[in-house]
Amino acid sequence: MGLLDQRFENGNVFVTSLENLLNWARLSSLYQMQFGLACCAIEMMAASASDFDIMRFGIIPRATPRQADVMFVAGTVTIKMASRIKRLYDQMAEPRYIISMGSCANCGGPYWEHGYHVLKGVDRVIPVDVYVPGCPPRPEALLEGIIKLQEKVRNESLVKKSAEEK
Amino acid sequence: MNETKTLPTEYVTHPGGIKSSRGQTLRTDEMIINMGPQHPSTHGVLRLEIVVDGEIIIDVIPHIGYLHRCFEKHAEHMTNYQQVIPYCDRLDYCAAINEEHSYVLAVERMLKIELPERVEYIRVIMAELQRIASHLIAVGTFGIDAGAFTPFLYAFHDRELILSLFEMTCGARLLYNYFWIGGLSHDLPPQFVDKAKEFCTHFKPRIKEFNDLLTFNEIFVTRTANVGVLPKDVAINYACSGPMLRGSGINWDLRRDDPYSVYHKIEWEPKVGKGEMGTVGDVWDRHIVRMREMEESVKIIEQALAALPAGNVQAAIPKRIRPDVGEIYARTETPRGELGFYIISDGSATPYRVKGRSPAFVNLSVLPEISRGAMIADLVLIAGSVDIVLGQVDR
Amino acid sequence: MTAQEIHDGLKAKFGGAVLDAKFEVMQPWISIAPDRMKDVAFFLRDDPSMQFDYMMCLSGVDYNDGRLAIVYHLFSMVHRHKIVLKAFCTKENPHVQTVSSVWGTANWHEREVFDMYGIIIDEHPDPRRLLMPDDWEGHPLRKDYKVPEFYNGMKVPY
Repeated sequence: MGLLDQRFENGNVFVTSLENLLNWARLSSLYQMQFGLACCAIEMMAASASDFDIMRFGIIPRATPRQADVMFVAGTVTIKMASRIKRLYDQMAEPRYIISMGSCANCGGPYWEHGYHVLKGVDRVIPVDVYVPGCPPRPEALLEGIIKLQEKVRNESLVKKSAEEK
Repeated sequence: MNETKTLPTEYVTHPGGIKSSRGQTLRTDEMIINMGPQHPSTHGVLRLEIVVDGEIIIDVIPHIGYLHRCFEKHAEHMTNYQQVIPYCDRLDYCAAINEEHSYVLAVERMLKIELPERVEYIRVIMAELQRIASHLIAVGTFGIDAGAFTPFLYAFHDRELILSLFEMTCGARLLYNYFWIGGLSHDLPPQFVDKAKEFCTHFKPRIKEFNDLLTFNEIFVTRTANVGVLPKDVAINYACSGPMLRGSGINWDLRRDDPYSVYHKIEWEPKVGKGEMGTVGDVWDRHIVRMREMEESVKIIEQALAALPAGNVQAAIPKRIRPDVGEIYARTETPRGELGFYIISDGSATPYRVKGRSPAFVNLSVLPEISRGAMIADLVLIAGSVDIVLGQVDR
Repeated sequence: MTAQEIHDGLKAKFGGAVLDAKFEVMQPWISIAPDRMKDVAFFLRDDPSMQFDYMMCLSGVDYNDGRLAIVYHLFSMVHRHKIVLKAFCTKENPHVQTVSSVWGTANWHEREVFDMYGIIIDEHPDPRRLLMPDDWEGHPLRKDYKVPEFYNGMKVPY
C-alpha cells in the first residue's frame, strides 16, 4: 500500500475513475465459496494453508454462495452434482466469477472417454472465466489463475457493451 | 377462477404423509434437515439427510454418488493392467501411494512376482510417509470441524515437507503413479535418505506440539469425548477398519495380521483406543489413534531407511502383464483402513473386472448407527472422525 | 478351517443349497443357491467353528454369458480363515437374497450391486439406487451397457 499512502500524504486527494475504483475493490476482495469437489480440492486447501497463503490475494472462504464472489470448481463434476453446481451458481450474487480448476472441470480429464457419470467440462452447465489446467494443478497454478481473474476484473467496464461492440 | 388448488399428495400432512427417503413416516415433532452436498464440513460432496427431533438426531441417511467417477468401468476398458494405476491414485487423493500399493500387490500376487528387497523397503517408506500426510489432513480438517483453525495450518505445513519428498522422487505432488507392477517408476534420488531422516527428526517434536495444541485441549476433549461411540460388535458387523476399528479397542492392523511387503521385519505396534477421555470407541479415541499412528509411522520410516538395501528397482517389472485366468482379493492397510481389490482376469491384457473395496465407503455406512441420539452439532465431529474421502466412497 | 472343511460343513447342513465349489484356485470358492443365501450366511456367522464375523467385500460380476453373480469375501476375526461365496443368477431372473441382516456392511454393498448390475436384492430393507441418480436408466457396469446421449438435458458422452 506504499504507493497509495504516499499519494494520500500529498494533499489527501486521489483521483481515479469510478470504474477503476470499483474494479480495484472487487479484485482485491474476491470472496471464495468454500467448496471442494475432488482431488483438486486438496490442492486448493493446500493453497489456502500456511505455505501458499491464498488470503494475501484477498480471498476469504465463505461457506455460503450468497456471500461469495468467486467459485473454484475444484474437481470432477458428475452428472448427479451438475444440477447442484448450477443451483449454487444461481444463488451467488452478481458479479460472480468461476475458476474451473483441473482437467476434470475443464473437459472431463482422465474420465472423458468411459466416464458415463462424469460431466465433460463444467462449462456445459455454468459459464467459466478462467481455466486452470493440470491434474491436479499445483497451488502455484491456482494462484496464477487467480491473478488472471484479477486482470479480467481490472478491465471490466461499468457501461454495458452494445451488441455491435461485442 | 374457482378452481381449488390441491397440494401434491406427498406434502399433505396426514398420518403416513411426510416420509424420509428411507421410507419412515415423520412424527409430529420431527423434521428433516439437509446437509450438503455443498457444506464446509462434509469433507467433499457428501449429502446427509438428517431427521431431527429438536436438536436430537433421530436418523441420518447418507446420500452418496456425487463423485462417482466410474473407476470400475475405466479399469475394464484400459488397454493394460498398468494403466489402471493412475485411476487408483484418484480413488483416495489424500493417500494415493497406499491405493497404488493395494492394486499392484493384487496384480503381483496374480502374476506371482518376487520383488527385489529394495523395492519393498522403498514402498514401505513411501506408504508410511503418505500415511502421515493423509493423517495430517485428517486431523487438520478435524480441527476445523471442531472450530480450531490453527492446527490446520500446522498440519499443512508439515504435509508440504512430505510432498516435497515425493516431488523429489517422482515429480508429482498429489497423484504419483509411482508404484508400478513389479517395481517403481524411479529409484530414490541420492539426497532422499538424508532429507527423509531430516524430516523424521523435525516431525517427532511436532507431534507433541500438535497434541498440546489440539488433542489435549480442554475444549476439544469436552466436545469429542463420549460422542459418537462405536461399540466393538457393531464395528465388526459393519466391517469397519483402520482407525475406526482400532479406535473401538480392537487390536487389528493388516500390516501385522495379513502381512504384506516387509512390515514383519520392522518393529512397530498397532495403536488402539483405550477410552482415556471417555468411552472406548468415541470420537476422541479415533483422533488419538491417528495421532499415535503417525508416531509409529515415523518409527517404521526410520528403521526402513536404516535397512534400505541396494538394488535395481525396475529389475522385476514384467515385459507383458497377462495374468492367468483367475481371480484374487488382496488387501492392504491404508490410512483409512482395509483397501481391497477384487480382480478377475480372463487371461487377456485387460482386467475383466476390478472392484475396489474402499474403507471410507464401508466406514461411512456405519454413520447412521453411531449418530442416532447425538446432538446435531456433534454430527459434524462424528462425520469428521470417520475421515472419509469422497473419491473413495463413490469411486 | 480349510475351504474343503467349510464346504463339507455347509453341505452337511444345507445339502442342495450348496451347488458347486472350486478348491484348486488361488482363493477357493463355494457356490450357493441365491434363494438360500440368508440362511447360509447366518450359519456361517454364528456356527462356533465358522464364525465369519467380518465381510471383507461384496461385489457384483457380469460374466457376459447371461449369468450375473454376487461374490462374497468373508473373513473370521476369531479363527483367521477366509472363504469366498458366489451366488449366480441369470439376467432374465436376477434375484439374490439379502444378507444385510447378517452383516450390516452388506446393506450398502448390495445397494451398489443393484445400482451397477441390476441384480434385485430380495428382502432388502432399503432397495434404492446408491451411486447413480434415482431416475437413471440402465445398470452401467453390465457389459452390454450403452451410455445414454442425454440425461436431464445434459450431454453425457464427450
